Amino acid sequence: MVDLDFSRAFTVNSRMDPVLSTVRLTVREAVHTLSSSEDGGCIFSTLGSLKRYLGETENPALPEEQEEFARIHFSTFLRCLVGKLSPDWLELLPDGQLEELWASFFLEGPADQAFLVLMEAIEGAASKVVGLPDHLGNRLQRENLAGFFPQNYFPLLGEELLQALHVVVESLRASVDFEVSGWCVLMALLPLLPVAGGLDCSVSFLSQVLGKACVHGRQKELLGVLVPRLTALTQGSCLWQRVCWRLVERVPDRAMEAVLTGLVEAASGPEVLSWLLGNLVMKSKKAQFVMTQKLLFLQYRYTTPVLRSLLGYLAMDSQRRPLLIQALKELLETWGSSSAIRRAPLAQQHYISKAILVCLAHLGEAELQDCRDELLASLMAGVQSHLDSSLPAVRRLGMIVAEVASAQIHPEGPPLRFQYEEDELTRELLALATPQPAADSPSEAGPPVAPVTAETTNEEMVSSGGPQAQPEGSDSELDSDDEFVPYDMSGDTELRSSKAPVYVRDCVEALTTSENWERWEATLRALEGLIFRSPAATQEVSVELAKVLLHLEEKTGVAGFEALRQRALVAVTVTDPVRVAEYLTTQFYALNYSLRQRMDILDVLTLAAQELSRPGRRQKPPQRGPPGPGPQPGSPATPAWQAVVEERIRSKTRRVSKGSAGQGPAADPNKFNSVAGYFFFPLIQLFDRPLVTFDLLGDDQLVLGRLVHTLGALMYLSVNTMVAVPMGKALLEFVWALRFHGDIYVRQGLLSAVSSVLLSVPAERLLADLPDELLEAQSWLADVAQKDPDEDCRTLAIKALLLLEKLRDKLLPPPPP
Amino acid sequence: MPLAPGTSHTSDFAGRSWSEAWTEGRDTPGDCIPPSMVAPPSPPPPPPDPQFVLRGARSAVHALHFCGGAQGQGHPLLLSGSLHGLVHIWSLQTRRVLATLDGHAGKCVTWLQTLPPGPQLLSQGRDLRVHVWDLAEGRNAIVDSVCLESVGFCRGSVLACGPQRWMLAMPGKGGDEVQILEMPSKTSVCSLKPEAEARPGMPMCLQLWQLVTVAIRIPVLIPVPVLIPVPNPVLIPNPTPEPVLADSSPLPLLLAGYEDGSVALWDVSARKVCSRVACHEEPVMGLDFDSQKARGVSGSAEKALAVWSLDEQRALQVHGTHQLTNPGVADVRIRPDHRLLATAGWDHRIRVFHWRTMKPLAVLAFHSAAVHCLAFATDGLLAAGSGDQRISVWSLYPRM
Repeated sequence: MVDLDFSRAFTVNSRMDPVLSTVRLTVREAVHTLSSSEDGGCIFSTLGSLKRYLGETENPALPEEQEEFARIHFSTFLRCLVGKLSPDWLELLPDGQLEELWASFFLEGPADQAFLVLMEAIEGAASKVVGLPDHLGNRLQRENLAGFFPQNYFPLLGEELLQALHVVVESLRASVDFEVSGWCVLMALLPLLPVAGGLDCSVSFLSQVLGKACVHGRQKELLGVLVPRLTALTQGSCLWQRVCWRLVERVPDRAMEAVLTGLVEAASGPEVLSWLLGNLVMKSKKAQFVMTQKLLFLQYRYTTPVLRSLLGYLAMDSQRRPLLIQALKELLETWGSSSAIRRAPLAQQHYISKAILVCLAHLGEAELQDCRDELLASLMAGVQSHLDSSLPAVRRLGMIVAEVASAQIHPEGPPLRFQYEEDELTRELLALATPQPAADSPSEAGPPVAPVTAETTNEEMVSSGGPQAQPEGSDSELDSDDEFVPYDMSGDTELRSSKAPVYVRDCVEALTTSENWERWEATLRALEGLIFRSPAATQEVSVELAKVLLHLEEKTGVAGFEALRQRALVAVTVTDPVRVAEYLTTQFYALNYSLRQRMDILDVLTLAAQELSRPGRRQKPPQRGPPGPGPQPGSPATPAWQAVVEERIRSKTRRVSKGSAGQGPAADPNKFNSVAGYFFFPLIQLFDRPLVTFDLLGDDQLVLGRLVHTLGALMYLSVNTMVAVPMGKALLEFVWALRFHGDIYVRQGLLSAVSSVLLSVPAERLLADLPDELLEAQSWLADVAQKDPDEDCRTLAIKALLLLEKLRDKLLPPPPP
Repeated sequence: MPLAPGTSHTSDFAGRSWSEAWTEGRDTPGDCIPPSMVAPPSPPPPPPDPQFVLRGARSAVHALHFCGGAQGQGHPLLLSGSLHGLVHIWSLQTRRVLATLDGHAGKCVTWLQTLPPGPQLLSQGRDLRVHVWDLAEGRNAIVDSVCLESVGFCRGSVLACGPQRWMLAMPGKGGDEVQILEMPSKTSVCSLKPEAEARPGMPMCLQLWQLVTVAIRIPVLIPVPVLIPVPNPVLIPNPTPEPVLADSSPLPLLLAGYEDGSVALWDVSARKVCSRVACHEEPVMGLDFDSQKARGVSGSAEKALAVWSLDEQRALQVHGTHQLTNPGVADVRIRPDHRLLATAGWDHRIRVFHWRTMKPLAVLAFHSAAVHCLAFATDGLLAAGSGDQRISVWSLYPRM
C-alpha cells in the first residue's frame, strides 16, 4: 500500500514541475535502493545522502531543494521508511546506527508530516493486529495454526491488552509515588507511543486495537477475557478505573458502538459498567447516543440483565441521572405512540416495556415529580392505545406497565388494577418493577391467626410431637395404618339440591324465569346432555332455545358459565343447523348486541361446524375450543383410563402391516356438506355495511378479526363439500378487499383464510375458476412475507406461499427430461 | 405361562390380517402380561354399606353416644337424642329400642354422655336443662338437673376428676362464657370469660381434658412433679420403672371452639386462655382432640377441616387445612384408637380420614339429609345420626 501511494504521488509530481527533477530523481533512487537493497552500507549511504535535504548537515542542499523535499517528497519517503521498519532491517548495521539514522528523519524533518505518518502507521499496525487471523486464514487455508483461529486468537489478544494495561498502570503507579497529586494531569499529557516507560503512558493504541476488534465482531472473544479481569482489577483501584475510562474514551467514534454494546453485554451489573466506563456518556456524544438511544430504541435483542445493567449504570451517578429521566420520557412516549403499537414487532414493544419498568424502579418519587404531568400524559395515551389493540399480548403489556407506572408516578392517586392472567411473562415484568435489592419489602404482618390454606397435613405433624410423651411403641403401631385402603370416592361431588328439568321444552321456561336460581343453574348444566339425547324435541324449540341462550346473562356466580352456555348453544346448532345458523348469522349483523355476544355467535358457529364436519362424531365426545385468542373453555381431554387402555392394547398388538395405523373411523356422510352455505354466506355478505352500533370496518376491528378467523375456519371445515368452490371465491374476494388492513390480528386471519382456501378447494377447480384471484393473492403473499412487521404474519404468509407452490407442482408437473 | 403374541408366534400371524391380530390381542389381555409386569393398580373398592341402620327415632337425630355394656351385659348400647326431645336407648344386639326417655319437654336433645361411675346419663336439651338420669337396674328416672343459662347449640363436656367427682363444662351466661361446675355437688368452680377485646362470640363446642404429666423414669422416692401446686405434696414409693403419673390432681384444660372460627385452650384452674388460634372463617361446629398426639381437628360451616396441634408451651398452631367438596361440617370425631377421623357433613355424607396423614379413606353417602352427629364405640363401631331420622352404624377398618 505504501509503495503504491508513493509511486502515484511521484508521477503526479513529475508532471507538475519538471524543473525540480533532481530532487525527484534522488528520492526515487533512494526509495528504489531502500526497497530492493539488503546491503546495510548502501542503505546507510543512501539515507545519508537524503539527509542533506533536511539541512543541519555539513553539506546542506539548496534551500529550494530542501523546500521541495519537505513539501512534496518527505511524507512519501517517511512512509517508505516506516514500511521498511523491521528488526532484521535494523540489524543490517551494528550498534543501532541504522535505527538512529531512521529515527533522525522523523525527529528532524517537518514535525507535522512525521506526526501524520506515524499516526497512520499506528492505525495500520492496529489493523494488522486485528486482521491477523483473517490474513493467516486466507493465506494458509487449511494449514492454519489453531492459535490463529479467531476464537483462540482474540482471547490471547485480550490477555496481551491486559498485560499492556498492567504496564501502564504500573508505570503510572511509579510516577504517583514521586508526585502523588499530579498524576491526573500527567494522564492528560500522554504522548503517543503505547508504552514509553516512566511517566509517559498512552492507551490510544490499545483503544484502537480494542475498537477494531469489536468492529470486527469479536466482542465476545475479546471482552469475554477482558471484562471479568478488568472487573476484578477496577473494583478496588481508582487508578485502574481511570485507565479503563481512558481506554474506552480513546476508542475512535466509529468503533464506539461496537465496544459499548460489547461491554454492556459482558458486564455483570451496573456497578461493573460504572467502574469500566465512568462518566463516558457525559464526555462522548457518540457514547451517549449509543447508550441512551441506540440500545433502547433502535435495537431490542438484549436480555433483561443487560437492560438492567445499562439503565442501572445511568442511575448510579448523579451526573448521569438526568439522562435516565430523559430516557424514561422518551421511552414512555414511544411506548404510548399508537403507530408504534401497530407497527413495531411485539418483541420490541416488550423490550421497551421492560426498559420503562426498570427505569421506574430506579427513579425516586422526587425525581418523577418534576415531570409528572408529561409522564402521565404519555402513559394515559399509551394505555388507551394498548387496550385498543386486538392482540392480547399487547393489551396485557399495557395493563402491566400502566399498573406499575401509575403507582410510581402518581402514588397518592387511586391505584389502577387490571385483570390479566398471570404467566411467566407477567411475572418477569412485575419482578422488574421492584428495585433490585429487594430486601426491604415490608414483611406482611398478616393476622397472626389467619387460617392456613395449604394442605400440609402430612408426616411432619406426627414428628412434631406433642407436649405429652407418647406411649412406647406407638410408632410401630401407627405404621400398620398404611394398610388402610381407601374406598372409591368418585361419588364425592358437589351437592346440588335442585332437580334439573327432564325435557328440553322445560329448559326454555326454566332459563327465562328467574325465581329459582338453583334450578336455573341445574338446567344450564343439564342442557347439553338433554339436547343430544332428544334431537327431535330440540328441533321443535331450537330457535327459541338459541335465542334464550344467546341472551342469557350470568346473574349468579356459576362456575364455568360461559363454557356451559357455549356448549349448549353449540349443541342446539348441531342439532338443528339450518334454522339456528340462519338465526345466529342474522343476529350477528343485527342491532343492539354487544361485541361479546357477536363474538360468541362466531365462536358457536365455528364450533358447531367443526362438530358437524367431524367424521364419526357420534362415537367420540366432541372436542371444544373457540378459534383465535381468548380464554379457552375447559376442553375435556381424553380420560386417563382410556389412554391407558389404548396404550396397553397397542403394546400387546402386533401389526403385520405398517402402512395405515389402524382402520380410520367408519365412513360417514359429512353433515356439514349440506349446511355449510347457511353458516358461511350470510356472514360474509354484510361486513361492509356499518350499523349505528356496529362498524366492522371502523372501530370494531376486534370483531372483524374474529369474523375473518371464523370464515377461514368455516372454509377449512368445508373441505370435500360441494359448496367449497363458491365459498373459496367469495373468501378470496373478501381477503382482497381487506388485504391492507392495519390491524395485525385481522391480517393474520386473512392469511390463514387464504391458506384454508388453498387447502379446501380442489386444486383443479382453483386453477380453472380462480386463476386471477390466485395470482393476486400470490403477489400479496410475497409482499407480506417480506415486509410485514409482525412475525406471525410473515410466517403465515410463507406457509400460504408454500401451499401455493405445492399446488402448482401438483397441477403442472415438471416436463419429462 | 402362555407367551405373548408377537414374541414367538410371529409366523402364525403372518398369514392373517392385522385386524385379527388386533382382536386377538385385545381379547386376551390377561394372557399377555408377563409376570414381571406388575398388574395395574386395582380400582378402589366400592364405598361400603352401613352394617345396619336404626330406624324409629321419628325425628332428626341430634345426639349419639355409645355406652359400654351396662349392667354387665356383653353388648353395648347406643343412646340417641332426637329433635323432639326424646332419648332412645338402642340395643346393638337386637337393634331395637330398649327404652325411651322423655325429659326435655319436646325440645331438641343436643348432647348425651354417660358418666364413668355406674349407669348414669347426662342429657342436654334445648329446654335449657341438663338432666342426670339413673339407668341402673332398668330404672329411667331423673335424679338431678342443672339449669343452663345459654340457649345456643353448644354441647357440654365432662371430665372425671375422681371416683365420684366429675367436672362439667357448659355454655354460661352472657353469650360468651363457659361455666365449669363440679358434680354431683353442682358447685360452680369458675366461669371462663374471654377478654373483652377478644370478642370470639359464642362458644360453639367444648372439650374438657386433662394434661397427664409424665415424669422422667426415676425409680426413687421423689416429690411428684406436677404442673400445679398440690396442697399436700405426697411422696410416692415408686419401685417400678414405670412413668410416674400425676396423682389425683390433674391439670384440667378446656378446648373451646368459638363463633368467630377460633379455637381456644383454657387453663381451667388458672382461668385464663393459654392460646387461641383462628382456624376458620366461619363458626366452629365441632372439634375433637387427640391428647396422645397433642393434635386436634375442627370443622366449621365452611369447606375445610382445620388440623391444629399443641406444643410444649401449650400454644395452639394450625398445621394445615383439608379441603372438602361441600361446605358444612356438623361434627368431627377421632376413633378412640387414634387412627381414624370421621366428619359429619351437611352434604349428607360422612367422610372418613386416616387421622395421622389426613388421607381421605371413604365418603359414605347413605343419608338423605344433613348428618348431625357422630359417635365411635370403644370397639371402633361408628354411628351417625342424620336429619333423615335414621341412625347408620358402620364398621370400617376394624381394629386388629
